Amino acid sequence: MAISGLDIYKLLPKTNCKECGFPTCLAFAMKLAAKQADLSACPYVSEESKSKLSAASAPPIRLVTIAADGHKIEAGNETVLFRHEKTFYHPTGLLVRIQDSLPAEQVAATAKAVADYKVDYVGISLHLDGLAVEATSGDASKFAAAVAAARQAGSLPLVLISEDPLVMAAGLAKTTGATPLICAATAANWEAMAKLAKEHKAPLVVRADTISGLAELTEKLVAAGVEDLVLDPVARGFNGSLAVLTQVRRLALKKGVRAVGYPTVAFPYLGQSDPCMETILAAQQIAKYAGFVVLSRFGPAEIYPLLVLRQNIFTDPQKPIQVEPGIYPINKPGVDSPVLITTNFSITYFAVANEVESSGQPAWLLVADAEGMSVLTAWAAGKFDADRIAKTVKNTGIADKVSHRKVLIPGHVAVLMGELEEELPGWEIKVGPREAVDLPRYLKTNW
Amino acid sequence: MPVNVEIPVEKWSGSVRPITLGATAAEGGTRSHTVTIGGETALPFLGFEGKMPHRPQIAVEVRTGNPSEEWPEPLLRAWGAVVGDPAAWAHAAEAASADLILLQLTATDHAGLRMTAAAARKVARSVLGATGLPLIVVGPGQAELDNELLVAVAEECVGERLVLGPCEDKNYRTIVAAALAHGHLVTSKTPMDVNLAKQLIILIRDMGLPLERIVMDPTTGALGYGMEYGYSVMERLRLAALQGDGMTQQPMIVTPGEEAWRTKEARAGEGVPAAWGSWDDRAVNWEVVTAAPLVEAGADVIVLRHPAAIERIKKMIAELMPA
Repeated sequence: MAISGLDIYKLLPKTNCKECGFPTCLAFAMKLAAKQADLSACPYVSEESKSKLSAASAPPIRLVTIAADGHKIEAGNETVLFRHEKTFYHPTGLLVRIQDSLPAEQVAATAKAVADYKVDYVGISLHLDGLAVEATSGDASKFAAAVAAARQAGSLPLVLISEDPLVMAAGLAKTTGATPLICAATAANWEAMAKLAKEHKAPLVVRADTISGLAELTEKLVAAGVEDLVLDPVARGFNGSLAVLTQVRRLALKKGVRAVGYPTVAFPYLGQSDPCMETILAAQQIAKYAGFVVLSRFGPAEIYPLLVLRQNIFTDPQKPIQVEPGIYPINKPGVDSPVLITTNFSITYFAVANEVESSGQPAWLLVADAEGMSVLTAWAAGKFDADRIAKTVKNTGIADKVSHRKVLIPGHVAVLMGELEEELPGWEIKVGPREAVDLPRYLKTNW
Repeated sequence: MPVNVEIPVEKWSGSVRPITLGATAAEGGTRSHTVTIGGETALPFLGFEGKMPHRPQIAVEVRTGNPSEEWPEPLLRAWGAVVGDPAAWAHAAEAASADLILLQLTATDHAGLRMTAAAARKVARSVLGATGLPLIVVGPGQAELDNELLVAVAEECVGERLVLGPCEDKNYRTIVAAALAHGHLVTSKTPMDVNLAKQLIILIRDMGLPLERIVMDPTTGALGYGMEYGYSVMERLRLAALQGDGMTQQPMIVTPGEEAWRTKEARAGEGVPAAWGSWDDRAVNWEVVTAAPLVEAGADVIVLRHPAAIERIKKMIAELMPA
């Protein structure tokens, strides 16, 4: 649970010694509450206060990390149920399952395909996060071989799936140097799994089909010294998964129930055997609260939209994605192609780029640095004025790419025409439509 | 020791307004049945804390003008020859398990001529004849033409309880007046903003159209092209509705089909990275992965284009509905 600045203040020395860098203990307490300062800055705080504060300031959903060879997946530490309330912090880890019953070369090939997959989205490189090796064979040596092959070919974080502690131990033996996620401890095997988790310093999935069952198990495991836990609430289908992941998130955030204050893992293929439906269930679980999602197979046509969805959902609503200012060629433009200018707010850029793109007409799109604002907002704030537009035209060097000297400005900033003609001597300023949707028609008839 | 965790249940004071589309013969129309949307008393599909009396409905887009030049191959291939005939298309859409037909009036007709009021009447009549489903009729998005065509269609289809749209802040009076005069409903479309959405609902209500005849369109962005803005506005609108804000309690309509099929990911078959995967699969996935989060965010009518998307989103909704 969040602790207030005043509650923290009560635990501080109240001497206003200023050694922490803040003028008063109260000011320091407020900064601590806002997580803008660290308690270690206070040299005089008592041990008792320290332990109270660290317990109280522990995040309501524990941060769990799995890692291998410099790649890691972090899940947890979320603070809200809806992204507009603040933001979602740790993008759902997306992993692909590999079954140990497959031939060794297929295990290696899939692992490599997953590790090598990357796709560009508005200048951001998106990729998959890990591999989940499943002991479908039930055979310890086969599992160990598959884990070793995945580890070697993939260099990605691993989830190891088996409820048999002996099989799990064989797999874990092949994960030296990595921190895998052990999946899973149940009411039947938790003691043996806890031992393995401690031995390998690896986080552990807790599997139970009721929330009370999960809480009971996590309390036992914490008492046994395993604290990095991930919940698998079993409910597999669309409705069950939505309901239980919502309940777990609410319990942790709104009720402060520590026993379920852990990230969750989901297996959409266990809820939907049709791969097309699995993709939709995975989409639901990305938006609604899964910390890790394990996909049944590697398919670019499914993975690309899911990665973009994750990027969209986990974008900080207060800091919209901006596109890089510069020249964007659309539909292979040439020296005669129109030159358009807009702002670097991603949605504005997309609206314009999309319309031009789907019209099939070649054009050069200049994107001005308007600090991520849309055309009207940027104009009102003085971030998309004649000066900035002129600078963009000059600095991007578009004059070297076209033989004409015409530039099209958005209809919303038609008032800038006079000023622009002064700032850009030799250029003809054309005023386009107000809305991007009218661009194709304009380009066809008015350019 | 057995642990007993109590499931937290939110108590909401508000609910979404139930709205009925279409009219049967007994009610002065010609539809084989009516469709009711809205009525939710909790967040979408959370059966443990409230009711969702009506499942979200799938509307399938049928265009009056032939889309062959505009629509990419995977979409045209899926529908085949019916795209040349709105009535046949509506019939095929019903067979593809549509719940509603969205008739998109285009600026030009099949012959490439400017759409006229007379032609719009004729096509609306023929679509009503081809399907028993309730109809949503949307103008081409140019204020003057929208008004001309929608007024004619409203009059032609008097008593059918069509949904006419879009009403936007710059152009709503004529459409609302036509709905009032001929017993129809309207969509109220605003650009991804909670306050603008409320404001337009108030303006339309102030003209005398009851709230039971307004469907809210919060504006949809495609996956990768602003989807999350619309998604969060929808979540905020639905939370406000449940908290009792009367002007946000309209059912919501979203248009992931139209938006997704404008993107490069859906339209480009060649010259794209191998990481995008096969065109047909990727394109349909773009539509369904745009649609799915909007279903979770509270959409009551989902307008789709591809038959495979219709089938999958319909299955998703069926499985999401609380028992």
